[in-house]
Amino acid sequence: MKNKQGPNSTGHLITALQADVRYDGRTKNQFRDIQIEYGVSNTADGSAKITCGNTEIICAASLSVGSPFPDRPDEGALMVSAELLPIAHNDIESGPPGIDAIEISRVIDRGIRESGAIDVKKLCISEGEKVWIISVDVVPINHDGNIIDIGAIGALAAIKDAVFPGLTEENTADYKNKSKNKIEMKHTPIPVTVCRIGDELFVDPTKVEENNIEARITIAVLENGKICSLQKGGDEGFSTEQLAQAFDLAVKTSQELQQHLL
Amino acid sequence: MSELLIQEREIVVPGQILAKGMEYLPSHGTYRKDEQIIASRVGVAIIDGKVIRSIPLAGKYLPKRNDIIIGKVIDILSMGWRVEFNSPYSGLIPIKDGTFEFIPRGADLSRYFDIGDYFVGRITNVSGQNLVDVSVKGQGLYKLRDGRTIKVNTNKVPRIIGKKGSMVSMIKRATGCKITVGQNGLVWLLGEPAMEFIAVQAIRKIEEESHIPGLTDRVKEFLEEKTGQPIPEHHSQNDDDEEEQPEGEQ
Repeated sequence: MKNKQGPNSTGHLITALQADVRYDGRTKNQFRDIQIEYGVSNTADGSAKITCGNTEIICAASLSVGSPFPDRPDEGALMVSAELLPIAHNDIESGPPGIDAIEISRVIDRGIRESGAIDVKKLCISEGEKVWIISVDVVPINHDGNIIDIGAIGALAAIKDAVFPGLTEENTADYKNKSKNKIEMKHTPIPVTVCRIGDELFVDPTKVEENNIEARITIAVLENGKICSLQKGGDEGFSTEQLAQAFDLAVKTSQELQQHLL
Repeated sequence: MSELLIQEREIVVPGQILAKGMEYLPSHGTYRKDEQIIASRVGVAIIDGKVIRSIPLAGKYLPKRNDIIIGKVIDILSMGWRVEFNSPYSGLIPIKDGTFEFIPRGADLSRYFDIGDYFVGRITNVSGQNLVDVSVKGQGLYKLRDGRTIKVNTNKVPRIIGKKGSMVSMIKRATGCKITVGQNGLVWLLGEPAMEFIAVQAIRKIEEESHIPGLTDRVKEFLEEKTGQPIPEHHSQNDDDEEEQPEGEQ
């Protein structure tokens, strides 16, 4: 619920942001501390639990053998799906994925896909018949804002952790005998969502801040500072100067975050 | 022949048998089943003569008559406003208890309280079915217009307020923030952003360390260190009404 006055409102957040002391004591361009725990699931081929402040997300990458898309017979596939469950926050209701969950999975998917981080040609087993399909599940178990950025880092960690299952003679996956091959990652595209309330730009919003943002832009940046995907959200827009500032901030923050995935 | 199975100040869990026999009586956090007294909440058992009660260590806020709470309007109904206050039960502000203003028939109720508005209210009644009536009409009850709220452990609220409001007034004097502590575990703050953050940290410290003796001195030291100046003596500003004398000190 967005309100202009009253406690936890846009007005009061702007005063805090202008003084550069956010509700949890951070400055505007400071990310919360990130911890990544690998291999949290026995059944998934790769998994990671990522904690950033009070936000906790479990990500799992599963590998399966399937048929390729008809127009891309020699390419494997990547699918990212995010789910917002009521366990994560009071405001979330159960039911089919809502607009937020769809956006989160689309943005994370786009960041990984468009960066070319995964060479999909290498996922081909036999052309036109069998390819590896990577499906990544992003499940927040505690929602305190910024699911897109943290979920994307978690998704990358889960893919990094994944080990290919073995292959049987009929080219089906053999989950009992795992191979030692890992998914080769050429890039680490880390998205950073820059949010705007009033004239203040900041990164890594908490839930309270997220409820009050006027505009946000998610910028996925590679390790070399190149931008590979964008997504704009929120009810309002950015001015040209604000956009330039947002890009600088995102590139800088993203490069600081790279250390978590080394 | 009655038999006591626990010791004074022992931590008890729901379902635990605390005493056998009809000589003992259940109170808050305990109940009788057949001839046994059983705990219903996680807490510290207190044996008060024949009465066994438990001071809860965790759990949601349960509304009690005359508690001062901080709540939020979630719906507008024909007979008033539906409110939530960090509890399993929602409450209702009847139109007559919403404001001192005259509300004409058919008026737009969102002019007085809109969805999402916060207020300081008093619980006027809790029925047997846990229907809660709230009033925002009276001394020290008002609509909140600025600031921020934080959630704290309901059972630590008495420690945050302190004896006769000593703890919260110390935080107010040190940080210059306006603070209202609701019995329901919502705390409202307004002040300089940096000072607000210090006040939040101090409240979190109280929550975490309330069981260790010498709390007041440690909080005082913490506040002086963070603000970089000694805490000023009492002055009348902001030291008003809202601190309720808590019951059931731990």
